[in-house]
Amino acid sequence: MPTLFDKVWDAHVVAELGDGYQLLHVDRNLLHDLSGAKALSDLERRGLTVHSPELTFAVPDHAISTAPGRHAASTDISARLAPPFRKRAEAAGIRHFDVNDPEQGIVHVIGPELGLTLPGALITCGDSHTSTHGALGAIAFGVGSTEAMHVLATQTIVQKKPKRMQVIFDGIAGHGVAPKDMILFLMGAIGAGGGDGFALEYAGDAIHAMDVEGRLTICNMSIECGAKMGMIAPDDVTYAYLADRDYSPRGDVWDRAVSHWRSLPSDDGASFDREIRLNMADIAPQITWGTSPEHVSGIEGRVPDPSDAPDAGRREAWAAALDYMDLRPGSQLEGTDVDHVFIGSCTNSRLSDLQAAADVVGGRKVADGVSAWVVPGSQAVKRDAEAAGLHDVFRRAGFEWREPGCSQCVAANGETVAPGKRTVSTTNRNFVGRQGPRARTHLASPATAAAAAVTGKITDVRKLMGS
Amino acid sequence: MKALSSVSGPAAPLMESNVNTDVIIRIERLTDFERDELEPYAFESWRYVPDSAPDPNFVLNKGPWQGAPILLAGPNFGCGSSREGAVWALNCIGIRVVIAPSFGGIFYNNCFQNGTLPIVLPADRVEGFAEIARLQPEAPFTVDLERQVVVPPNGTPVPFVLDTLRKQGLLKGLDDLGLTAERLPEISAFQKADRTARPWIWPEQK
Ligand code: SF4
Repeated sequence: MPTLFDKVWDAHVVAELGDGYQLLHVDRNLLHDLSGAKALSDLERRGLTVHSPELTFAVPDHAISTAPGRHAASTDISARLAPPFRKRAEAAGIRHFDVNDPEQGIVHVIGPELGLTLPGALITCGDSHTSTHGALGAIAFGVGSTEAMHVLATQTIVQKKPKRMQVIFDGIAGHGVAPKDMILFLMGAIGAGGGDGFALEYAGDAIHAMDVEGRLTICNMSIECGAKMGMIAPDDVTYAYLADRDYSPRGDVWDRAVSHWRSLPSDDGASFDREIRLNMADIAPQITWGTSPEHVSGIEGRVPDPSDAPDAGRREAWAAALDYMDLRPGSQLEGTDVDHVFIGSCTNSRLSDLQAAADVVGGRKVADGVSAWVVPGSQAVKRDAEAAGLHDVFRRAGFEWREPGCSQCVAANGETVAPGKRTVSTTNRNFVGRQGPRARTHLASPATAAAAAVTGKITDVRKLMGS
Repeated sequence: MKALSSVSGPAAPLMESNVNTDVIIRIERLTDFERDELEPYAFESWRYVPDSAPDPNFVLNKGPWQGAPILLAGPNFGCGSSREGAVWALNCIGIRVVIAPSFGGIFYNNCFQNGTLPIVLPADRVEGFAEIARLQPEAPFTVDLERQVVVPPNGTPVPFVLDTLRKQGLLKGLDDLGLTAERLPEISAFQKADRTARPWIWPEQK
């Protein structure tokens, strides 16, 4: 009995290459201003042209400034990268959403939002968080820049079929528990390499009950346990989300598409190579303490002792992490002072994320000595948030309200967290130096990040919420 | 792409789990430098102390392991970001082979686009190699791709598994693109049928 993943994968096989390798058709190839720009210039250097520009979409997000009033040349990096990126994309006939165009945003935010991401599609991007798009029932995965060039040149990609893992969240989310907490909990449960070689399918009551934005957060972090792809079966929630988006099909074609999409969910009795069951009752708001997303704890937890690590590799990693994070074994996470808060990134920068943060912030002030940023994921999110007055809530509290882009998630545009500073971030990676050299990152949900901003400490957000 | 058939030299043990590509190369180095200019920046967060002097405790700064062509690593090596620059940075410091119990999937594929060989072996086997390397840091390991074996210093050859497609690509120095070029007619046929079968995938140009 085939799974969702099998059905979508098998429908994209163009040729068998032997040894289990297959040549797969790519329905959407997304380019951003770092790896996408590189792939386009590498293609040019090899004297090749873009095979299917109508299936290729480009947007600057990583290197551009997110300062209010920004333009393409506001950062040095972007001043160098953006013009040739745009020129090459447009010369090839690729739709390029420019820095201040109404469609611009983080590539993984705008794909779903514009209806470019569709159920049953196969999507690549030179970016590991391409897994995000699986939330709509697509197979979507990150590739390197040479692989991205391969897609540009041939509209196909060489891959070996991964194994299948089903992750079931039983029950419903407790008070103050967000999709981000669920996915961080999974990282702790199976580890940063627990999904290596697997495509994940998320299922269970908590997933069915979740809106598309929450599902995007879940699938986004699949790569943090090593799974290149994470998917959720399309359902009525998916179709309602996609109807009438800019690039969604219309009329008869929409009807045909939906009836096809309804055939995609895993068959009853479909078999997976591995199954993980998680009980929502065990999941509290989460916070990371170390330098890998698997270094995570419930908000009431304590910093672990490296001598309790399950193996030598982890003992070394935990000790190095605590040293980098300047945390002592056994100390309480709650109450740790923070210097900065960042709300944004392809994990948590959509309207519902900003709403969840604003609900905590409303009427409070950013704590003394703390800086706090909100970077909406796209122009559309920014417009919608402003229409709902969220920007005022944040600004009145003392947050900076910025322009859409990746910003401090990866700091490629120079927007770093200062050395030695501790930040609670709604991003996806707490790696050494990720948010800037020697920056100390704690990953958390938007509500937990907002709670840290207004208290100046790592805080159990449930204490600030009405019941 | 450089072909690879056999590599011989010291093997540096960097056995921490989950070494990510952000640590192997910082993103801004990839915007500021070309792929062959990354030598000073590979592992920079670990390689230097804050005032930019080399950190004597970092394994790749220690005597014979500077410039070692083989890296012994912990599980899930190369996890995280898709940045291909991680492989370029390893190449810039002379690493052509990485031996680990498992790899980040995107990193693993990227290796084959750049003439780098990732070898998967069981954790106890890699740890065994690391022990040997720590005792005899200068003793050369040999990796023979044709025979698919790792030969530790004065030891018995240890076989490893590698898909033929990947092996051939490395031996001939061809990345995926070099191998796919002949498939273009099949791709056109697929697309022609797909336009009818799934018209929603084919957007009208805006
Ligand atoms: S927001 Fe962060 S994780 Fe997402 S695409 Fe941008 S840099 Fe990558």
